[in-house]
This record gives sequence, C-alpha cells and structure tokens, in this order.
Amino acid sequence: MLSLESLLETLKTGSGFWNPVVWVVAIAIIFLLVYILRGFGKKDYKKETGQTQAFLSGNPEYEKKELMHVKGSNVYWGFTETLKSVYDVLKKMHNGNASDYVLWFLIIMAVVFIFVGLI
Amino acid sequence: MNLLDVLIQHSPPLIVAVPLLGAFLTPLVGRINEKVRNIFALVMISITGFFIALLASDVFTNGPRVYVFGAQNLTLPVVRVLFEVDSLSIFMAIVTFILAFVALVYSWSFMKENDGLDKYYTLVLLVVASTLGMELTGDIFNFFVFLEISCISSCALIAFWVHKGESLEAAFKYIVISSIGALFVLFAVGIFYAQYNALNIATLANVIQFTFLDKVALVLLVVVLGMKAGLVPMHMWLPDSYGEAPPSVTIVIIGATQASLYGVFRMCFTLYSGAFQNITISESTIGLIIIMLALLTILIGVLMALIQTDFRRLIGFVAVAEIGYIFLTIGVGLVTLHDPDMIEVGKTAMQGGIFHIINDCLDVGLLFLVAGAIYYATRETSLNEMSGLARNMRCTTIFFLIGLLAVSGIPPMNGFASKLLIYQSTYQLNPIISIIAILASIMLLAIFVKVFYSAFLGPKISKFENVKEVSKSMLIGMGVVSCIIIIFGLFPNIVIHYLVEPAVNALLNNAQYISVVLGGV
Repeated sequence: MLSLESLLETLKTGSGFWNPVVWVVAIAIIFLLVYILRGFGKKDYKKETGQTQAFLSGNPEYEKKELMHVKGSNVYWGFTETLKSVYDVLKKMHNGNASDYVLWFLIIMAVVFIFVGLI
Repeated sequence: MNLLDVLIQHSPPLIVAVPLLGAFLTPLVGRINEKVRNIFALVMISITGFFIALLASDVFTNGPRVYVFGAQNLTLPVVRVLFEVDSLSIFMAIVTFILAFVALVYSWSFMKENDGLDKYYTLVLLVVASTLGMELTGDIFNFFVFLEISCISSCALIAFWVHKGESLEAAFKYIVISSIGALFVLFAVGIFYAQYNALNIATLANVIQFTFLDKVALVLLVVVLGMKAGLVPMHMWLPDSYGEAPPSVTIVIIGATQASLYGVFRMCFTLYSGAFQNITISESTIGLIIIMLALLTILIGVLMALIQTDFRRLIGFVAVAEIGYIFLTIGVGLVTLHDPDMIEVGKTAMQGGIFHIINDCLDVGLLFLVAGAIYYATRETSLNEMSGLARNMRCTTIFFLIGLLAVSGIPPMNGFASKLLIYQSTYQLNPIISIIAILASIMLLAIFVKVFYSAFLGPKISKFENVKEVSKSMLIGMGVVSCIIIIFGLFPNIVIHYLVEPAVNALLNNAQYISVVLGGV
C-alpha cells in the first residue's frame, strides 16, 4: 500500500533530485508573499484613463477591438524571418508528396544500413 | 485454482479478445440504440481495463507470464503463438487502456452529430485490440499481423471525416507509408524464419548470431518502426494524419504510434540484446545513429511547430518532437548500457524514456482533446481566426494550460520529471545533447504561449460571441487526463517505482525474459 512517506519521497535522478511537493509548497509561499506585497499597492487609480490603458509603443488604441488582435502567424515574426533560410529548406521537405515520404524512408534505411553494414 | 487465478491465467488473450469481440458486436448493438452502443463500447474497454489490472498485479508480483495458443509440446507440425507479458508489455497496455477509455468518453458528445458511428466505434475498438496485441505478443510474425491491423483500422479512422478532402489525402499517405513499412517488417520476419526456423522473440534472442542477415533485419525493423513512430525525416505522415483525423481518435492513434516505439525498445533491448553484448561497436553505431536522428526529430519538430497556423497540425509537429525525446533515451541506452562505467546513466535514460512514453501520450493527447473542443465549439482550426476564447471556454482554457505546462516540461507537471531524467542522463553522455534537448523544451513552451495568446487571449471576436463551453462528457475526458497529469507530476517517484522501474528492469533483464519463456514452452 502507498504510505505518506512514499508519496513524499524525493526522486533521485543519479546526479540530482526532484521533489515536486516541496516545490509546490515553496511556490505557494512565494505566491502568498507576492499577494501580501500587492496589498501594499495604491488602490486609488482611475479606471478608463491612461492609468489603466495598455501602452502600445505610443500608438493609439483601435476603436474596433478586433483589429487589436495579433494573429497566430504574426507571433514570433522576427524569429521566423531570421531563420528564413532554414525554414525555406524545411518547407521544401514538407511538400506533402507521398512519393517523397517514401523516398526519405528509403534514404534513411540506406544510410543506416551503410553505417551498420560497414562498421 | 479459484476464479481470480483462472481470470489472471487467461488475461493475456482476453485483453485482446474483449475489444476485438466488442468491435465486431458494435454494429449489431448499434441496431438497438445509439446510447446502448456507446455504453457497450465503454463497457468493453472497461472490461479490458479490468483484465489489464489483474494481469498487471500478477506480472509486477510474479514476473513475466507466458500464454500458449495452439500446440503445448514442441512436436511437429507445430501450430502455435505465444503471448509473453512482462512489465514493459503491461506498462504499455495500461497506457493504451487509459487513452482508449478517455477517447470513448470524449467521443460520446464530440461525435454525436456524425453519421456512421457504428463503424467509428468498431474501428476504435479494432485499433485498441491491435495495439494491445502488438504489446502483448511474443511472436514476431504475430507482431507484424497486429501492426497491419492497426495500420488499416487507423487509416480508416483518419479518413473518417470522408467529406473533407484533406482527411482522405492524409489517410492515403498514411496507408502508403504504413503498407510499405509493414512489408519491410515482413521481410525481416522472413529473414529470422529462414535462418533460425523460429518466430518467437525469446527463442530468437537466445539463438541470434548477429550475422549479416541479422544486421539487415535490425536495420529494417528499427527504421520501419522508427518511421511508424514519427522519426525525422520519415515523420511527414504524422502531422498530416494527426491533423486530419477526428481529434477524439487522434489520442487512440497516438497509442498505436507508441506501440511502434515499444517495438523499437523490444527489438533493441530484448531481441538483439545478446548480439549487442558480443559486438559492442555495432551497438554503439546503432545507438549513435538513433541519437542523431532523435536530435534531428526534436529540432525539426519544434521548428516546424513554431510556424504552423493550424492548431491540430501544430500539435502533430509537437508530437514529433516529443517522440524525439524518447528515441534519444533509446540511443543513450544502446550506447551506455554495456559499458560498466556508464550503466547507471543508461538505466536513468531508459527510465526517463519509458516514463516519457506515458507522459507524451497524456500531454499531447490532452492538447488534441483541447483542439477538438475548440473545433467542436467554433468549427475553427486556424490560429489566425481564433481569439479571446478563454472568456467563453474557461474549463477548456484551464485544461489547455495544464497541457501546455506538461508538454513543455514545466514543474511540477509530469513532463518535467521524465525530461529531468532525460536531461541528466544525456548530459553525462554529452552535454551538447542535453543542451539541445533543453532548448527544444523552451521552444515548446514558446510555441504554446503563441497558441495561448492567439487563441485564448486577445479581444473577443464577434463571430465567437455565442461560443459556449463544450459538453460534460468532453470535459470529463479532458479532466481525467488532466488529473492523471497532475498526479504523475506531483508523485513521479510512485510512478517510477511501481510502473517505470519494473518496465526498465524487464527490458534490461533479458536472460529472465528468455528463460521464463523457454521454460514455459
């Protein structure tokens, strides 16, 4: 049967350890401290003024809220643009052609066979 | 012998026979009533789960169990098949059962507006039966047969939404790849039979010589099963299929994919273990090749996931990356396990890999269920079209966040515990491997932050004004997986002690596997 000791036991990974229960307790204490600190904040801010509006690099907020949405394909634009050359190759690989899928399979089989067969 | 002993004794065939019987009876039961049919499918899976639990208690206590179909004695002509159930087999069966049960609960509401559900439930039960067959059989030809059944039934499920052209295309690609792969497995089976006049895995492991033909068979098996599991660059079918199958069954197909991974473990560490011990260079070569392909799998998986705008296809690429982590542990295990100084590193890697199998299934499975819930509520899969869903779908959002944290390996979720074992073991082999694995995990987090931001946060869009939270059965399905993820995350030591460690020991203790089986014949 499972005992409390076994539930709270630390996972030893050979060169390290991990105890999620201790981690959860530590995080709970940190959240509590953050909550207490938050209580010291000012409560007399003015709603619907510049104090509560999002800062959009100095640009005005669109009246139509839908236009404010950043679409999924725009997120990480800079990252994907920087790696454009890598992505061009990867997109070429993923062309959706079943014949190419089989070709990759045969190529890998041949490569592995050469390594295992020769060495 | 009391009833319980009889049930345990006959559990191995019943675990496969019950869902198989259920599959063939479902169309008949469907004639009575749709509700009765759904309950019937759930009951059949629950009975299967009961037999798995019985067998698990027996195998974890008394060691591997052998079940002989056909001739008892070795007198010619011999017609027989053996089921050999050790801790690894039963571990995989538990994973398959959890996924199947959740899929059926989820399907109740998710699929209710679809036609042809008799066929749907039949196919789901067939996939489950064939996956369990792959995991429990001790006969390599039998493994091929179950692999074929799994491929055909999975293909039909991928094409289930037949009105969508993309589903048919994905199913076509899947069956082309699977059929070619299965033929190569049959070729490998033929090589074994021609050389050793045997098809039993334990018998073959006992006599295998690592001849040139055995090397050919090894390459065929590892590459084909690697392709079936989604190893780069043979992974392209996986995002296509996972992205187009109904999300309620993607979780079952994930289970079938993991059965191929189980096959790689079984072939490398049971069938070829003795041969590797004699010729360590070849073992390291195969191990290093697998490590390189695994790193490629992780990197390409996350890089491709980052640019996807279709939610389900994105999760498909994430699933590819996660498979890479498991293959990494197989490679590390092959390189280190026969080096006395590194054996503990190999064992830790194997523990991480086996633990990650169940975590991967749960985490990626949960994300597919969330994607299904969003599709059900909005009829939308494009991340570009989604926005502000957290306002109307609060429970689904919480489940997504759990899946996000788990798949990215954020503590205290289950993914962290298994990835920690993988990072630490790979670091000791080569720090660069570990660094790449950690960086990929950070990218996984970034990918799902993008999904969370674009789909759940942001302003409310007018077309989603009336979107409502999904029905109870779907929430229960996602809730069950979320609870398991949290429990596994909070108490990883329990999972490792009772499930993972016995599975790893079963793999490493090759002599016991062979002696139990040959003694039981």
